[in-house]
Amino acid sequence: MAQDAVPEGTAGVITTGSDGLNGAAGGPEGTAGATAAERAYREHWARLLALLTAELRDLDLAEESLQDAFAAAVAAWPPEPASPPAWLLTAARRRAMDRLRHGAVMARKLPLLIVDEPEPSPAIPDERLRLIFVCCHPALSMDARVALTLRCAGGLTTREIARMFLVPEATMAARITRAKKKIAQAGIPYRVPSGAELAGRRDGVLAVIYLIFTEGYAATGGDRLIREELAAEAIALGRMIRELLPAEAEVDGLLALMLLHHARCEARLGPAGELIRLSEQDRSRWRREEIAEAVALLRETAPHGPPGPYLLQAAIAVEHAAAARAEDTDWPAIARLYGGLEQITGSAVVRLNRAVAVAEAEGPEAGLELLEGLDGALGRHHLLHATRAELLRRLGRDRQALEAYGRALEAVGTDPERAFLLSRRADLSASATGPGTGAGSPH
Amino acid sequence: MKYVLLAVGDEKVWEQAGPAEREAVFAGWERFDRLLKSRNADRGGEELASSATATTVRKDGDQVIITDGPYAEATEQIGGFVIVEARDLDEAIEFAKACPSGTVEIRPVVEYQG
Repeated sequence: MAQDAVPEGTAGVITTGSDGLNGAAGGPEGTAGATAAERAYREHWARLLALLTAELRDLDLAEESLQDAFAAAVAAWPPEPASPPAWLLTAARRRAMDRLRHGAVMARKLPLLIVDEPEPSPAIPDERLRLIFVCCHPALSMDARVALTLRCAGGLTTREIARMFLVPEATMAARITRAKKKIAQAGIPYRVPSGAELAGRRDGVLAVIYLIFTEGYAATGGDRLIREELAAEAIALGRMIRELLPAEAEVDGLLALMLLHHARCEARLGPAGELIRLSEQDRSRWRREEIAEAVALLRETAPHGPPGPYLLQAAIAVEHAAAARAEDTDWPAIARLYGGLEQITGSAVVRLNRAVAVAEAEGPEAGLELLEGLDGALGRHHLLHATRAELLRRLGRDRQALEAYGRALEAVGTDPERAFLLSRRADLSASATGPGTGAGSPH
Repeated sequence: MKYVLLAVGDEKVWEQAGPAEREAVFAGWERFDRLLKSRNADRGGEELASSATATTVRKDGDQVIITDGPYAEATEQIGGFVIVEARDLDEAIEFAKACPSGTVEIRPVVEYQG
């Protein structure tokens, strides 16, 4: 997907011909009605669903009625009504009343959602934050949070989500249904958390979005193009959250971080799908507009207190993006930032990244030292062994390096990464004293 | 909504606790009790005797099998329960956090209407 397919400030990334709408509507693809309805779907799905859920106190009923309203729009447009969202809202409310009258939903007997009294508001109040917080509630499993967020806030169909996560559609449908049932039956409130609770819950929402992104970026398996869509969807959700929670440094940080990673996504895979390390990427293929947007975001943001983990990670990514050539990278600055990040998170993965930066800044010996004690936490992670192998190789300790490559290959998951490790090991076997070409950076 | 908070824990820890530790735990439960009362959330609850005293009765067709011990053997057992009235799951979670038990399972109570 081209990155410019991500519409600014909209709910989802439903590109033309999206089965998100046509699938639901069964309407003819490419007609004027479908095009207008698709545009409306992209712009208004999440907002209308959020509002209907507050009114009906039933996520399922809201979703089905809104789906019906969009199907009706495909058939009825053009002429496009003066206010498409108002038209859709009226149609959806009418469908909901019909469904309630015909008892179609009564059979389910799910309790009504717990909804705070709405405040007096404009014509179509923005309830999306409530929707997002309910989708990302910690009482739901992480899988359910991801699926619900993509479905409700992103407007993706169950089929699309199933395809992205490589599970059968029925499995994904069951997962979403189970989650909605739990929300209703366990009394998860349809509410934006207040006061002391808000910061923690906001971080929970950011974690769900970042998980969607990394699933797309790191690709634990499966088709590359599909994973690209996931990353773009996460960025769209990041934009939505930023619109809803402005002036939050961590929200800015997350969006900037995703943009900076995304800017490099074309350059990180070679023509045969092989992995290209940061140091060897063709930097002219980095998307400058995304980098510029991220830099601007970070320049404007002002954290209250010390910077949080997303802001720090974004600052690291900016250091990489700012270097015209790999050798211009300010490794001491990156090592310092990783130091701060390790202090906050205590994460072994962060320590591994810090070791890579320190190796670049101070030499492979210093990097190797920082890898000590990580085998407990990351022994089964190929990047630990791959990094150790690279540093050992630079120190000329070839026998140990070969051993470490072996362990990395045992643990590696995806084909491009396996191919990369095999080629590194072959190089080393061929020339016992190959030139040091940089550590296997996990960036 | 009504929820049951199940206090779950390793019974050995309690068995091996000294008088001072027990005193601290009791004080914790008293504080918790006061919190629930101040929020008008207390709907009763009990501490249960250890799972070593449990008897399980299973029915299989016409047969009734009586066995010694809890229905599921596990290190962690239910040591007590508290019924609370909460606005929603978030408030129930707040109560569970304030509960002195190291692990708390929250279960909504099914309330039939009409």
